[in-house]
Amino acid sequence: MDMFARAPYRPEEAEKTADTGYSYWRCTLRIFSKNKVGMFFFVLIVTLLTFTFIQPYLPAQKQALLIYNDDGGKVLRNVSPNDEFWFGTNSIGQDLWSMVWAGTRTSLLIGFAVAVIEALIGITAGVLWGYVRRLDFAFTELYNIVDNIPQTLVLILISYIMRPGVKTIIIALSITGWLLTARFIRNQVVILRDRDYNLASRCLGTPTRRIIMRNLMPYLVSVVAMRMAMAIPLAVSNEVFVTYIGLGLPLSTPSLGNLVNSGIDKIMEAGLRYQLIFPTMVLSLVTISFYIIGNAFADASDPKNHTE
Amino acid sequence: MARYILKRMLRSLITLVIVVSAVFLLLRLMPVEGYFNNYDKLTSTQIKVGLMNQGLDKPVMVQLANFWKQILKGDLGVSNRYRINYPISKVIASKMPVSLKFGGLAFMISMALGLPLGILMSKSARGKSRLKLGDKLGTLFVVMIQGVPVAIYTLFILMFGTSLLNMFMRIPTLFNADNWRSWILPVTALSMGNLALYAMWLRRFMVDESSKDYVQLARAKGVPPAEISRRHIFRNAMIPLVQYFPTSVVAVLMGSLYVESLFSVPGMGGLLVDVIKRQDNTMVQALVLVYSALSILGVLVGDILMALLDPRVSFGNKGGTR
Repeated sequence: MDMFARAPYRPEEAEKTADTGYSYWRCTLRIFSKNKVGMFFFVLIVTLLTFTFIQPYLPAQKQALLIYNDDGGKVLRNVSPNDEFWFGTNSIGQDLWSMVWAGTRTSLLIGFAVAVIEALIGITAGVLWGYVRRLDFAFTELYNIVDNIPQTLVLILISYIMRPGVKTIIIALSITGWLLTARFIRNQVVILRDRDYNLASRCLGTPTRRIIMRNLMPYLVSVVAMRMAMAIPLAVSNEVFVTYIGLGLPLSTPSLGNLVNSGIDKIMEAGLRYQLIFPTMVLSLVTISFYIIGNAFADASDPKNHTE
Repeated sequence: MARYILKRMLRSLITLVIVVSAVFLLLRLMPVEGYFNNYDKLTSTQIKVGLMNQGLDKPVMVQLANFWKQILKGDLGVSNRYRINYPISKVIASKMPVSLKFGGLAFMISMALGLPLGILMSKSARGKSRLKLGDKLGTLFVVMIQGVPVAIYTLFILMFGTSLLNMFMRIPTLFNADNWRSWILPVTALSMGNLALYAMWLRRFMVDESSKDYVQLARAKGVPPAEISRRHIFRNAMIPLVQYFPTSVVAVLMGSLYVESLFSVPGMGGLLVDVIKRQDNTMVQALVLVYSALSILGVLVGDILMALLDPRVSFGNKGGTR
């Protein structure tokens, strides 16, 4: 029997063969940075975001919401873009340039808030849904009901009942959105939970924390990142929609929805169309960038693409 | 199979029951102004009488029960502001055909143009040319449509489409259901989303399918490429496309809210936007219910179609939708 001796358990020895020098994040970043279009829009959106948030502190900026008069005290309505008013003024004499950036701040804030809420609640609920078998039925039935109702209708109903405001829009957008994230997470957890390599890890005594971080998380990150990147443009476009149907933010809060909506009145007057074109251009730039970055990151962060 | 369909229908029915009740209860949270045409001028006694006449003074659960009795008879109540004391079901009956024609046309256009676009893109993607220009242009179009919100590109179609079309023909300034020229722009706007969706997924599925073993075999046997494309690749690529049917039905329904209202198409979508602005509670309630019912139906039909078309979907006890 002395041919076999019980080896003492030494974690560092056990890990020696396991470490392949692979790092999830390094690999994700490498693949993402190879995607030229993705990188272009990433740089673009970072620049745009930075600019949006520092714009009020730059020199020679006018104030949003303020109504401008000329020297004679006459309101400067519908001034075409010029040296002083870079994007012109709107029909009540507000500076469109500063309004557009103030509006972008509001809209992005809504987008980010929705994305974060959806991710936080979605991940928690999704992991519970996947792991706790007793909850599966309740969550699945809830999902089956909510999945049948378009988010737009929920948005309309909630905004109709509640007082218009930033909070209302955030609540209305995230009240059903989290379930979609949770569902994605749940599916991944169920698929991955009992995979052979996780079983093997458990048998080898790998701590649960490590299984979650190294084996499960990479798959979840791509799902969450994709959902978050898509939640932002969706929130921005939904804000435009609720404003259009008259349930959006009050005019005292500049937002892209408000700006686009007041621009719609000018759609048939060719000379005033700049009031619609500027906000829509900034808005489209934001949504297209997030859409492309979301797709590029989803590809890069999917561990299936991490093969050398 | 029959069991699956029956079960799936039952689930839709339960969903509908829950949605109807939830919408009704949620709208009871609204201030009662929306149930009167001239609330500001009424005395408190008149308001009380008005509420009593509409049965709104009873406990909420009794109201819900009454509402259900009413709905089962096909009665959606009366409008209070849009058209005073006019049955809502009659309003909807007059608007529904326009919306159905509008949505149906948009659906057909998306199919008729989206599928060929997808085929062309996949041909270009699999082609020998290094540039793959067709595929790149198509992808650019898909990204533009999916990245830019519907609300925005519809505005651009309205803005530039009108002047562009006016170069070839006179399109009426106001929407006129009897003049086919009026339909061009709104139908284009409504069909764009699904057109891009179909093109994108068909391209993806055809590219995936073309590297499968059975395609290689057909090629090795000497089947002409055109026939491989048509008989093998296209047919198999269409199957997974069916799963996007519910999404596209919902997209048309929700898109029509905005597009109808913007182009003043006299359908249900424009009506919903209109009654929201007027805060006509009973109308909002009825229209939200009609739209929920239509989307539930759309998702149901999509799931059943998927089950019928794809023999690989299994009908175990867990149900096919998982």
